[in-house]
Amino acid sequence: MDPKIFDMENADVAWCPGCGNFSILSTVKKVLAELEINPEDLVLVSGIGQAGKLPHYVKSNVFNGLHGRSLPPATGIKAVNPELTVIDVSGDGCMYGEGGNHFIHTIRRNPNITNIVHNNMVYGLTKGQASPTTRTNFKSNLQVEGVFLEPFNPLSVAIALKASFVARAFSGDMDQTKEILKKAIKHKGYALVDIFQPCVTFNKVNTFEWFRENTYYLEDTHDPSNIGEAFQRAMETDKYPLGIFYVNNDKKTFEENLAVYNKNKSPVYKRKVDLNKLETLINSKRSI
Amino acid sequence: MSDDSSKEDVSIVICGEAGQGIQTVESILVQAIKMGGYHVFSSKEYMSRVRGGENSTEIRISSQRLNSYVERIDILLALSDGAIDHLNQRITSETLILGDEKNLKSVTEYDTITIPLFKSAEELGGPIFSNVIVAGVISRVLNISSEIFNEIITRMFSRKGEKIVEKDLEAGKKGHEIGEQLVKSGKIKIQLTKDPQIKYELLLSGTEAVGLGCLAGGCNFMSSYPMTPSTPLQMFMAQNGVEFDLIFEQAEDEIAALNMSIGAFYAGARSMIATSGSGFALMEEAVGLSGMIETPVVIYVGQRPGPAVGLPTRTSQEDLNLTLYSGPGEFARIIFAPGNFEDAFKLSQIAFNLADKYQIPVFILSDQYFAECYYNIPSLDLSDLKIENHIVKTDENYKRYQLTPDGVSPRGIPGFGAGVVVVDSDEHDEEGHITEDLDLRAKMVEKRFTKKMEKIREEVIPPELVGNEDYEILVLGWGSTYGTIKEVVNELDSDKIAFLHFKQVYPLSSDTGKYLKKALKTIIFENNINSQFGNLIKLELGFDIDETVLKYDGMPFSVEEVTNNLKKFLEGL
Repeated sequence: MDPKIFDMENADVAWCPGCGNFSILSTVKKVLAELEINPEDLVLVSGIGQAGKLPHYVKSNVFNGLHGRSLPPATGIKAVNPELTVIDVSGDGCMYGEGGNHFIHTIRRNPNITNIVHNNMVYGLTKGQASPTTRTNFKSNLQVEGVFLEPFNPLSVAIALKASFVARAFSGDMDQTKEILKKAIKHKGYALVDIFQPCVTFNKVNTFEWFRENTYYLEDTHDPSNIGEAFQRAMETDKYPLGIFYVNNDKKTFEENLAVYNKNKSPVYKRKVDLNKLETLINSKRSI
Repeated sequence: MSDDSSKEDVSIVICGEAGQGIQTVESILVQAIKMGGYHVFSSKEYMSRVRGGENSTEIRISSQRLNSYVERIDILLALSDGAIDHLNQRITSETLILGDEKNLKSVTEYDTITIPLFKSAEELGGPIFSNVIVAGVISRVLNISSEIFNEIITRMFSRKGEKIVEKDLEAGKKGHEIGEQLVKSGKIKIQLTKDPQIKYELLLSGTEAVGLGCLAGGCNFMSSYPMTPSTPLQMFMAQNGVEFDLIFEQAEDEIAALNMSIGAFYAGARSMIATSGSGFALMEEAVGLSGMIETPVVIYVGQRPGPAVGLPTRTSQEDLNLTLYSGPGEFARIIFAPGNFEDAFKLSQIAFNLADKYQIPVFILSDQYFAECYYNIPSLDLSDLKIENHIVKTDENYKRYQLTPDGVSPRGIPGFGAGVVVVDSDEHDEEGHITEDLDLRAKMVEKRFTKKMEKIREEVIPPELVGNEDYEILVLGWGSTYGTIKEVVNELDSDKIAFLHFKQVYPLSSDTGKYLKKALKTIIFENNINSQFGNLIKLELGFDIDETVLKYDGMPFSVEEVTNNLKKFLEGL
């Protein structure tokens, strides 16, 4: 499949020139093409923020909802029609700040969706404030004395919750990012891909250069089925490891756990109410 | 209690501590009374605690149809030391007080009849059996046959095993014996006409009436967060989920619940949520999302007194304004407030059709009183039930927000057709993509509000008039006050007085003004301090209602309260 199939003609892209989001956008299109996912069978779900605009630049079904609230609708969509490929695209503020509670509980729920989080350690859309992942001492127009909150570590949180797939990528390396995303989308269950992505306008600390110097790939010997090791590697923050940290293939997905799909695999929305059953239920109220 | 065999109905109140099993007594008795051939109505008031406190259930029994709460207590079963104090304001010299000596020994201001409740229960194996004994006493006093009573006990307790059923049957028998003695002593005399046909009627709660309506509306997805008094509806839907191909998910919070349900409707389901005041407040942002992306959803709000946590287990009509103005920005919506079970069923069913048709949030406003009361009705009408299809198959040129004369764009869903369905919480163009074209913005606002509302106003459910059409005095009410006000107006039996009940509170029926102008004087009853519905009428029609009767202590209006207020109003004219 040609990635061009996902191009949006006349899309008015609102990102700054040089933004790390551009390479994520083109990589996502390549991944979708290589996996031969049709635009009409794909739903991109997002919240608000610079990352949240990505779905508008891809030919696809789009649910661009509220800030921080992308995972609940993504879960609802997938539950109603498991035949769709559902990818949630968010940023670090949207997913780990405003949507933190949904992040935790969606991992527990384990819908078969992919959760891509553009992590640039800063708020872009609101112009430069600290995000949950901003490193300490970062100064901004609101954190005037510098950030003193402990940075949120999405990977260790996800692994602690036994998320079924946990990975980190870097938008400066499109080839590796592509491979990680492919595995994440193909994975059955909730898959988190946190992607380091420099904000060229509001984060002058964590630049392309900085990410290159402060990241490295997990060795081939890393065993993603070993949760203890995965957790330990996720806790490393002097230099950030990249790659697939943890995979848990034993978990049933949210959809698989739903009783409505026990015997009948057809999407719920295609089914009609059985009026005879309703009548029986009503009549059952005539006696105890 | 007066020795008047012509009495049309009897009010029995059972009062005890939380955890004592009063609900079990209620469940047994409402069934037994209906199966015995009487009309029955029950309503409970209870504290927000799992053990202790004082809770009471009122059960009305009559040869006439009932749907209202009375303050009067004919027979009080006091099962705790605090019962008399708790209900002191409702007890009169006419009230017959029954109870175990243990609980009544310190009662001096009233005559009481002691029954050997705890001793008998002890003999059967423990205090737990006192519930069934109490039910047996009342059942006998009401002249309900042992066969009916035993059948109910057997069915209710069968899952607990044969031994328990046997014990409970014995407890029932003991209760019957105690009841027999009471009847023979002449201390209690009740003679109500039985109608054997009532046995075949439906016995429902307000919650079940709504739940059955939601199933009839094709609901197949519900996500919610537990909150009294909406939790029973969540339970009803969850427990019928497998049978009706319905997904129920308990969300991590109310915010997730409504966003998830909106996602489900977007993907082709018919989804809903159930919540109450503060929980709904958390959902307001997502109500705006439904309005903006024109994705339907049905929202059930079981009202309770607020603000904040308020009184979790009590009733109110305080959240009309909250639902009416919920969500930022301006967009169309519909609000229903059923007053009886037939309407609750029907309105819940059509809520899904209307939400789907106009691609808007539709609200069902209920409250603790309505959700938790029980009574019998002949049937629910399935004959004109229709689950309308409002989903289109998309083609390559599909535009989710195509501008149309009536403001409604054909709604596609992902995966059905060759097109893509793009929805966006930002202002968007016809395709669904972000726009800052301000001319288009204005068109979209008109589409979402004015144009849709114009069509919605054409099919408003009209208010129901009870009483003479040539009235001079018009009594107004909405939602759960229906049964009580209706009973009072019927009882007054005056050509001059009629009652107008609104089951759709927004938008208002175009007939409203006509009804109001015809009245010489108007009076409204509401369970809030601001007369929220009266204010809405003033806002929409410029009409001033002459008198407001407002109750906001957490209890529903009683028949006596409405009667007294109405009489006072009439005297003052």
